[in-house]
Amino acid sequence: MSSLRPGNVGIVIVSHSPKIAEGAADMVRQMVGDAVPLAWTGGDVDGGLGTNVAGILEAIETAWSPAGVAILVDLGGAETNSEMAVEMLPEDRRARVLVCNAPVVEGAVIAATESSGGSPLAAVKRSAEEFYA
Amino acid sequence: MHDANANRAAQTFATLTASAVLVNPVGLHARPSVKLTQLAKGFTAKIEIALAADGPWTDAKSPVKVMRVKAPQGATLHFRVAGPDGEAALAAMLGLVHDGFGEA
Repeated sequence: MSSLRPGNVGIVIVSHSPKIAEGAADMVRQMVGDAVPLAWTGGDVDGGLGTNVAGILEAIETAWSPAGVAILVDLGGAETNSEMAVEMLPEDRRARVLVCNAPVVEGAVIAATESSGGSPLAAVKRSAEEFYA
Repeated sequence: MHDANANRAAQTFATLTASAVLVNPVGLHARPSVKLTQLAKGFTAKIEIALAADGPWTDAKSPVKVMRVKAPQGATLHFRVAGPDGEAALAAMLGLVHDGFGEA
């Protein structure tokens, strides 16, 4: 998936359920549009509920932007596996990927809205996290 | 020379205000909020919205804050704008509301 405006922060959605991840991505596309690199991943390697590091790495690669990538996660393993995936990235990319402390659906829409306006990664994360503020 | 510096420091932009009635059925809910925020972000000017002429004012460039305004259909949305592209910003924001955020 490529973006028309690769300068915008990319958004990655990680859920235990592939249906939730895909549905949240659909909401982002419909509500925010195509100006933001976007990828989703969900489910374990056997197709059950869960998350897996390889899938998250692939999603980060798909949504990659020079401006960085914001990851939205649901519960427990989604967060720890995302952090593990970030640690496995090449060093020059590691600092440009942040996991947001925000609800996965609402956070994804808000983060993408912020990104579509050209905001930097820190502002995208801050805006998504306003939901818990 | 001192005068020139003083003039530059004192350069400010007039605050412009206007209002428009929300005509789209859902009012200022999720999708319209995203559109309003995206439009606002395209301008340099400071843009704020409120449900009353005397505030409280909300930053129109913050998607979370705009959604929390929860303005229903029929509500009057007030705008307060200040900046170098303030006039264009105000016209664009009013246009978006008049057009029902493209979904009326």
